Amino acid sequence: MARRELYAGRKRLVLYTVAITVGVAALVSINSFRQNIVSSIHGQARGILGADLALRHRNAFPDTVEALIASLTSGGLDASRVVSFGSMVLGSSSDRAPRLLQVRAIEGSYPYYGTVTTEPAEAWGSFQNSHSAVVEEAAMLYLNARVGDSISIGDATFRIVGILKEFPGNLGIRSAIGPRVFIPLRYLEETGLIRFGSIAQFRSYIKFPSYQSIELFLGEYDELFDAHRVTYDTVADVETDLSSVLDRLSRFLGLIGLVALLLGGIAIGSAVHVFVKEKLDTMAVLRCIGATQKTVFGTYLLVAAALGLAGATAGTVLGVAIQATLPRVLSDFLPLDVAISIDWWTVATGLVVGTLVALVFALLPLLKIRDVSPLRALRRDFVRSRTGFDWLRWAVAATLVATVVVLSLWQAPTTGVGLAFAGAVGVTTGLLAVIAWATVRSARKFFPRRASYVIRQGVANLFRPQNQTVSVVLGIGFGVFLIATLHLTQRSLLDQLSVESSPDKTNLVMFDIQSDQHTELEAILDRRGHSNLGMIPIVPSRIARVNDRSVEDILADSALGRGNRWMYRREYRNTYRAELNSSEVITAGGWWDELGIGSLPRISLDEDIALGLEIGLGDHITWDIQGVEVETQIASLRRINWARFEPNFFAIFEPGVLDEAPQTYILMTRVDDAAERVELQRDVVGRFSNISVLDLTEIQRTIDGVVNKVAVAIRFMALFSITSGLIVLIGAITTTKYQRIHESALLKTLGASTRQVRQILVTEYFALGTVASFSGMLLATAAGWGLSKFMFNVEFNLSAASLLAYWMIVTGLTVMVGLVNSRSVTRHTPLATLRELSE
Amino acid sequence: MIIASNIEQTYKSAGRSLTVLRNINLSIAENDFVAIVGPSGSGKTTLLGLLAGLDLPSSGTVTIDGQNLNGLSEDERSKLRGEKVGFVFQTFQLIPTLTALENVLVPLELREARSLNGSDLAERACGLLERVGLGERLDHYPSQLSGGEQQRVGLARAFANEPKILFADEPTGNLDADTGTVVADLLVQLNRELHTTLVLVTHDQKLAGRAARIVRLEGGEIVSDGVQDQD
Repeated sequence: MARRELYAGRKRLVLYTVAITVGVAALVSINSFRQNIVSSIHGQARGILGADLALRHRNAFPDTVEALIASLTSGGLDASRVVSFGSMVLGSSSDRAPRLLQVRAIEGSYPYYGTVTTEPAEAWGSFQNSHSAVVEEAAMLYLNARVGDSISIGDATFRIVGILKEFPGNLGIRSAIGPRVFIPLRYLEETGLIRFGSIAQFRSYIKFPSYQSIELFLGEYDELFDAHRVTYDTVADVETDLSSVLDRLSRFLGLIGLVALLLGGIAIGSAVHVFVKEKLDTMAVLRCIGATQKTVFGTYLLVAAALGLAGATAGTVLGVAIQATLPRVLSDFLPLDVAISIDWWTVATGLVVGTLVALVFALLPLLKIRDVSPLRALRRDFVRSRTGFDWLRWAVAATLVATVVVLSLWQAPTTGVGLAFAGAVGVTTGLLAVIAWATVRSARKFFPRRASYVIRQGVANLFRPQNQTVSVVLGIGFGVFLIATLHLTQRSLLDQLSVESSPDKTNLVMFDIQSDQHTELEAILDRRGHSNLGMIPIVPSRIARVNDRSVEDILADSALGRGNRWMYRREYRNTYRAELNSSEVITAGGWWDELGIGSLPRISLDEDIALGLEIGLGDHITWDIQGVEVETQIASLRRINWARFEPNFFAIFEPGVLDEAPQTYILMTRVDDAAERVELQRDVVGRFSNISVLDLTEIQRTIDGVVNKVAVAIRFMALFSITSGLIVLIGAITTTKYQRIHESALLKTLGASTRQVRQILVTEYFALGTVASFSGMLLATAAGWGLSKFMFNVEFNLSAASLLAYWMIVTGLTVMVGLVNSRSVTRHTPLATLRELSE
Repeated sequence: MIIASNIEQTYKSAGRSLTVLRNINLSIAENDFVAIVGPSGSGKTTLLGLLAGLDLPSSGTVTIDGQNLNGLSEDERSKLRGEKVGFVFQTFQLIPTLTALENVLVPLELREARSLNGSDLAERACGLLERVGLGERLDHYPSQLSGGEQQRVGLARAFANEPKILFADEPTGNLDADTGTVVADLLVQLNRELHTTLVLVTHDQKLAGRAARIVRLEGGEIVSDGVQDQD
């Protein structure tokens, strides 16, 4: 019987099956991609690191560590060195500003694993022998350089011998942030750039004969590294870190895919709802001729299961196919080649999850079958009402909620995120349903009685019997909600970083200015007619003691979490000033002038660092400032908004303490004219090669690019839920199609023109699209505001123009889909309908 | 008023063509009252539809008020119906989301060239509903009305735009005998008062007996066409 019902309703049912297909496809594609990433990382981790072990230090390695590396190489192991730092690189093209690039001074045959591709191919093998450089493609573009051109880095000049195309562990997005220039380490000194206060990282890459030998080596020298604050990465570390990052990324994207599946569930649910309503007479007849309630219920449950399974099967196939496109969408976030293969476990899960969702969402409308009385076969309007507590109904509702929660937990990266997601889905669905319900109510209550007939009829269709207003608003509204939330949040974030918009904001930052350079630098600015918007001293310091415990002692404590170790080890770049700036607020204690003078120099600390170091107000930190120890007391804690383009500091000293300490400076200025910005940068870098200049407008462009790339990946997944939403819409239109054909024929019989019939449809879809887009946007505005304010700490910018665009696009699309789907409504001749009626 | 010449109507069904009407020649004069009768499946409703211009015949022509329907587009035929034709259906065919008054207003509002303004239209619709005895139920929805009442709304709607011709398809077919008589009486009365040409399809012998002329169809052909004495 279920088979016959399926066959009879196949045309309409196929559509709902597609809704499940889309959802399952989204999940299967992202989940099998995740599995593929995990196996690919396993195979490529050595290639990503480029060696078996990497030692890192903020300065040149201490002598003991140097001696250790030397002993390894003399023992036959291969070791390379890389010194990395940011520096202004000046090209020979005079119309380009010097550019802050990542310089890698290299010695040895690193990377040992993976392939380096250059153009010409031999460049990588030979550039270390002379004053040569291999430059990443993005940097070549910035500098407008060609192979054979010269570039200046500090006081040294190098000839570009090759363009770097591929490097092991290369992250597409990285070249947007900091494109690299490779130079031979032996000429690093000539640049004169590695001096006091400059930020550089010294690395040694070592190739070991076996995994066990790394373990042995680390076991033996771990303490030595810890004592000298040398950190290291092994292949296993890379594997774990990368796996967890990519796992989180793909799980987050999977959550968006889950929305598509849940919308598919809603589509199935509403299809079954209408299907059951239409089949009530058939069911009554079946009951009359002896079918039990169980048989009838079972029949339609089977129909729903078959729909779910068919949809899930198609979705799995589609998902496996789509998976192949994901590496392209996510290429900028993947430091490795992902080998695409079919993960059977994911395929099986996709089938089960798809069928389960279809079944669970179909259960609630199917419960109506229990109320079908055989008497209905005789008297159509007979409805048996249910009295008392309907426990089955509650049980089914609970199953539905549980399914959503379980699926969210299964897909989410953490339990917290999973629960939050399930909650958010629940709240959003609830709110959208309430809005849809309120729309139906108010369309009835505030019916435009004075409007023309076509408008009235169009609006009346929103609350016609068997109307689909609620499911369309849910389907479309959810899609709009997702996309608009993303868009609004993205805008608020980017607006925050906008340098162009506020005329008094800094757009050029110069740093690494030495004490003997700042007077002359100010003179250059003065000569060119620019003002100094602020000169900030930087005092590099390390933590020597916290209260009475030395850092070495604390680091030796095995109870200390690995995540916080960097806070003790790092080199802090502290400053001193008398005022708070606009991106920080005091959360505990008071600023200098609010407190009495204490016995120790006072500092103000970032609250997160204080939390990590497990200290608070009144605690002492002893700093090692170039060998001189300065004991300080914490007078206040600050919350810093790091998203602002302002120089901020973990620790600020009160004025007067560090005035005589060795320091470098940051200088800020604003130059509106782009050509003058280039000139000024060339002028400054030409005079002081150690000074780096950041053009914030360039950085902003880079961040825009990065944020856009992230948004593309999210949008790609959101596309699935939009598709599901559209299917819900098409399904809703199809469901009421026969009613519409009938009504249009009637209207035509009464003298309506095709145009009038079409106008009625346009009014209805326009109203539906408007309600759906508005409800989605309303929720997106709330979510965007919440995310901006509480998660990103930026001001929320509501863009009326983008909301208007959303409304127009969504409503236009709804009207279009509606009209295309209702083509046959206007094509039917009235006589055909009349004959159907009289037969 | 209506002239049908050599009408033949063929439908394709399951790959085979099925001739529903053949060789129909019929001329209906102004103010005539014609009943089309015949067994089920004899083509009565199809003929009614073709005479009203709801579709075009496979061959032959239908002329209404001097206009050959074959030369008109679907929309032009709709316009013609809106101006000259009224309809009464067996299953009432009221729009469920509109009240009784609004249902009667539909044909008036669909006419784009309005000679009456909004309040005149409403007045006219109210008058018609009062005429059919539903003056107290203007704001009721179809679902709140009985079958007989729904058909009376249908009658008011049919006469709303002062049609020259009224087509009625089994107007009493879904009603019990007493209610059917009330509706039939109203139909005949309105027809006389408003000087409408009335063409109806019916199984109801009593109703057919009130017509001036009875056209009998069998197997898609006219088997008799006779004028009878009116009561």
